[in-house]
Amino acid sequence: MSALLIGLLAVPLAGAVVLMLLARPSQPSEAGDLVSLSVSSGAGGREGLSAPSAAGDREGLSVLSGAPGLSVPFMRWYGPVVSGVTLVLAIVLAVSFDYGRAARPQFEIDRAWIPGLDLRFHLGVDGISLPLVVLTALLTFLCFLYLVRHKPDGERFGALVFTLLVLEVGMIGTFLALDLLLFFVFFEIVLIPMYFVIAVWGGKERRAAAVKFILYTLLGSAVLLLGLLLIWVHTGTLDMVRLAQAHGSGMSRAAQILAFLAVGLGLAVKAPMWPLHTWLPAAHTEAPTVGSVLLAGVLLKMGTYGFARIAIPVLPEGAAALAPWLGAFAVMGIVYGSLACLAQRDLKRMIAYSSVGHMGFVLLGLATLTPVGMNAALFGNVAHGLITGLLFFIAGAIKERYGTAEMSRLGGGMLGRLPYLGSLLTFACVASLGLPGLAGFWGEMLALLGAFRPAPGLSRPLFLVFMAIGGLGTVLTAAYFLLMLSRVTHGRPDEPEGRPDGPGGEAPGPAEEPLVSTAEADEEPRVRIIEEPGTGGEERPAFAEEPSFVETAALPEEPSGLPVEPVATEAAQAPTASEAAGVPPPGEGAGPLPVLGFGRLRDVTPYELAAWTPLVVLTVVLGLWPKALLAVTDPAVQAFLGAR
Amino acid sequence: MTGMVGVAAAVVLLPFLAAVAGLLGTRRLWGGGGPPGAILPPVYRRAAWTAVLPTAISTVLAIWLLAGLWAGNALPRGTASYGGAGSPWWGDTLPGVVQGTLSVIGTGGIPISVGLRVDGLAALIAVLVTVVALAVQVYSVGYMRHEPRYPSFSAFISLFTSAMLLVVYADDLLVLYVGWEIMGLCSYLLIGHWWEDRANSRAAVKAFLVTRIGDVGFLFGIFTLGLAAGSFRIDDVLARVPQMPTGILVAATMLLLLGVAGKSAQVPLHTWLPDAMAGPTPISALIHAATMVAAGIFVVARLYPAFLGARPTLDLLAVIAALGMLGAALAALAQDDLKRVLAYSTISQLAYMAGALAAGSDQAAIFHLITHGAFKALLFLCAGAVIHAVGSNLMSDMGGLRRTMTITFPAMTIGFAALMGLPPASGFFSKDAVLASIEHAAIEPGRLTDAAAWLLYGCALLTVAVTGAYATRAWLRTFFGESRVQSVALPEPEPGVAHVWDGREAPATMLWPIGVLAIPALLLGLAGVGLVEWSSAVISLVVALLGASAVYAAWRSDPVTDPARVLGPLRVPAEQAFYVDAVYSRVLVAPVLWLARLVARTDDTVVDGAVRGSGSVAVGVSGLLRRAQTGNAQLYLTGVLAGVLIIVVGAVVLG
Repeated sequence: MSALLIGLLAVPLAGAVVLMLLARPSQPSEAGDLVSLSVSSGAGGREGLSAPSAAGDREGLSVLSGAPGLSVPFMRWYGPVVSGVTLVLAIVLAVSFDYGRAARPQFEIDRAWIPGLDLRFHLGVDGISLPLVVLTALLTFLCFLYLVRHKPDGERFGALVFTLLVLEVGMIGTFLALDLLLFFVFFEIVLIPMYFVIAVWGGKERRAAAVKFILYTLLGSAVLLLGLLLIWVHTGTLDMVRLAQAHGSGMSRAAQILAFLAVGLGLAVKAPMWPLHTWLPAAHTEAPTVGSVLLAGVLLKMGTYGFARIAIPVLPEGAAALAPWLGAFAVMGIVYGSLACLAQRDLKRMIAYSSVGHMGFVLLGLATLTPVGMNAALFGNVAHGLITGLLFFIAGAIKERYGTAEMSRLGGGMLGRLPYLGSLLTFACVASLGLPGLAGFWGEMLALLGAFRPAPGLSRPLFLVFMAIGGLGTVLTAAYFLLMLSRVTHGRPDEPEGRPDGPGGEAPGPAEEPLVSTAEADEEPRVRIIEEPGTGGEERPAFAEEPSFVETAALPEEPSGLPVEPVATEAAQAPTASEAAGVPPPGEGAGPLPVLGFGRLRDVTPYELAAWTPLVVLTVVLGLWPKALLAVTDPAVQAFLGAR
Repeated sequence: MTGMVGVAAAVVLLPFLAAVAGLLGTRRLWGGGGPPGAILPPVYRRAAWTAVLPTAISTVLAIWLLAGLWAGNALPRGTASYGGAGSPWWGDTLPGVVQGTLSVIGTGGIPISVGLRVDGLAALIAVLVTVVALAVQVYSVGYMRHEPRYPSFSAFISLFTSAMLLVVYADDLLVLYVGWEIMGLCSYLLIGHWWEDRANSRAAVKAFLVTRIGDVGFLFGIFTLGLAAGSFRIDDVLARVPQMPTGILVAATMLLLLGVAGKSAQVPLHTWLPDAMAGPTPISALIHAATMVAAGIFVVARLYPAFLGARPTLDLLAVIAALGMLGAALAALAQDDLKRVLAYSTISQLAYMAGALAAGSDQAAIFHLITHGAFKALLFLCAGAVIHAVGSNLMSDMGGLRRTMTITFPAMTIGFAALMGLPPASGFFSKDAVLASIEHAAIEPGRLTDAAAWLLYGCALLTVAVTGAYATRAWLRTFFGESRVQSVALPEPEPGVAHVWDGREAPATMLWPIGVLAIPALLLGLAGVGLVEWSSAVISLVVALLGASAVYAAWRSDPVTDPARVLGPLRVPAEQAFYVDAVYSRVLVAPVLWLARLVARTDDTVVDGAVRGSGSVAVGVSGLLRRAQTGNAQLYLTGVLAGVLIIVVGAVVLG
């Protein structure tokens, strides 16, 4: 059965290698190119964070898509198939997992790897890692599914598939590794493909964002490595299982504190913990949709997973000494992230900052050092992966349609223009703000419950303050999500906030106000509504032209001709119809979907829906039945903290 | 027993499934006739059935549960663990408990037990909820018949009903909290139903946020009680209440009170309710009259032994109630929007219930809760019919409607009579029970501090007069005098109001619920005749009539102008609800937004600036180092030799 774990790593890896081999005939030296690419981009990075250099990486990676033997449909479906097989393996793993012994690593593989250094290739899965492995496989598969029809900017599609498959190997390996250095190796493997995902397929400022991402996280990793080595020096083993069972015996308190500080710092960069978070908004804003999804959905979890798996069980005394600091930074992150979100103008940037807040809850749960808090953290991890993954998918879809994620330029009325996209955005936001009955709630609630009574030895009044601040954070979280929903999804669809030359475009309205909750801002839309009948061509209320409103007034009037850009409307209809029939529209290129006329944008496409539905379903299921996850993580958590 | 629990589960789950079916089953994505998302008549009919039928079944089952408890014989007696304070007041008439746990969720600490618990109190409130919800669903079929988004609207009502029933039936405080918050969401979605208008959107956000502030306190209160009791189950918590230290009880109940104030729209978290009238009228009837706002009162009654053990909390509740009832009643007297009149009257009436709870009579509070649920839902549905017919919310656009609205007029008259507390309408009996309990608390030294008790009593009596005044004013301005309807210009109705002026009585689907609700609004009080104390009843009746006659006199002298002028200099502050909103936006909203902008700026300049700064420092330092790399071999060699010399000298000197 242990072949399952090997398979989980081997399938995406083999997929990537096969892709490389298939691409070989066109340019024999592409392996060398892949190497040279990292060198050249390193040279680019040295020039400074703000200086995008000539994109040497683009040339390097172009090898893979230029292969003559690979047809477009093949490339398109290659990723979903390979990651689909991986997902099936992950599901098989979850099904054959022995839930009675969730506390123990199962399907273990323990082979000598580098005997000279006593490094072992030790893999296994227990109640803590299983949900994350499945989440990773699922999110990767969904990303590929989404890519079938929604390619990011940049042309080297084959290279993107290759990169994402390598990324998947690294992510799954991180969660499977039971050897400290093996963990570190996988932890590092992830960085490289993610760097390329951002640097090659990202937005305008992608170079700076990617360089910042890789420098920041590499710096964190260096500290992490030092911490791991410190543990090794003191205990003489790198085996996580044995280390966790030892509960820190063999290490002095001072050494534990030092090691926890080093390991914690390294992991905190990844989580990210305030104030080490500034790489995140930049990376998220510039990354392509799939990059953002995997970054938020999986990569951030590697940090908090490291806390739950290594830092806290292996270094209990160090954890106890530094937990108040961890908790303080966590609640700081919650409030700070929420406040930052309130003032954001870019949708993707706002979601990125919301991750800071949410991971603050996860870190708060960890800081309590209680089983409740640890369960909260693990639940929060999975929930955040599902919900924020969904949010980034939707934000990407919005950006694809509107050509921007700037809230003021999106205008209002998305529920009228794109009812399904608007509804899904509402759902994701509501889930993210921690509504009970959806997955986001349980992690937050349990983290607060853990803080209400932290582990013995920690200052209870201090953690009560943390809890109160965290509670405040939930209100702020609700505030920024609801304000964003109000700005983007509500309002009249034709409010021409985003159109520089449209009628009424000169009216400032909420577009210039960062937030619309003030009393003054709300006068504008109302005035405009009254003025509308006089503006000639657009006298009919805009919602009448929207699909969901057709039943009443619009149907009889439809043939009389809509004043709003009839040509664009026609053009918009055609792809929708052919999409429905399952026929790929002619001329579907690698570029982004065309931003259709102002009057009508394309609502959710079948591929988007296929990629998003599992996330929605899981969010609801885990929200209504949290036991499904808690029953898996709790035994392992109890075992980790049991000896206290 | 398990069968009964199954029934209780069905009561909760049926509306939930209806909501799921309504959301997923009534729209198409691709293909089929019409553009995507279109709602065609068959879809509309299906949505109506999906909404009404499960609610109807739920109603029947809830009534059946209540009847089963009433019959009582087959069931065990009520829990003996009622806080050590003996049997609760419903213990005699509705003995027995139906209880069942589906599963226990281990959290690593105190487990959460997913279960239901139906006792007399829960069964009573559930019947109120389902009946009102059914009436509202049926009413909506007519009221929203031109509304393209009717399917999602009715589905949200179903979800809301389900959440409220979960609150009522929950066995575990955290399960209760789940329902509690989902109600908040539904409230948000439904208030913002006409989201084209920014004002509605803002009202929805406000409702969610204000109640959420309270809910955080509520959650912490649950934590406090749960950890003190070692369990989140309501039974266990109540059983441990006698052993809990007073400090814990006071802290827990104060925190719970925050949530109660949020949901039941009590001072200082009441400001969302009047704005919530932006939602369609059926929603106002359901959420803002009969159910969601009742949840706060219900929870206090549910955990009443804990509150009885915390005297400071009851004092605070008394003060809150006193301020809320009078202030809201005065605000109601000054409003021109009919729905806002009713909204403020809801705050005022809920404050009555809170006052009764503070005074120590949960029975009076629940009695008033039930009759108020009936008559306020009736009033809102009637108001909806009026608004539907007139095309405006404002009373200055109404008048003289008694001639055309031959069914709505008597029904609404019953509602107003109940609101004022005129016999034999239900409000007379329940309000008197409340007043009597407050009077007892004031006269007899006991649970409340004297000052709080007398403040409460004084405000309660004054409020009776003001209630009489505003009810009379609304009744006269709507149905009597010259009709001002024709002057309404309706080129394009605001999204918040009805659609076209047809000047006729509402359709049958709207009239039936009104007629059905009128019966309990009129007669329900007779069930509580035993609670009436005739001396206080006479006093309150006289006071109410005094208030009413003052308004009537003002109206007779000049039927055209608004009788709200009797308020004199108070009128403007009352119309602005005493400027609470303005104060909040200055004191709370503005600083938070300022702080948010500050954080965003700081993050860019300071936190990230440090990161970028470290980059440029590194570049600068390496630039300095590069100076040394001149490529001049002589220079390098000189450096090496100098180094060797220094090392040698150092070794000699130090060694």
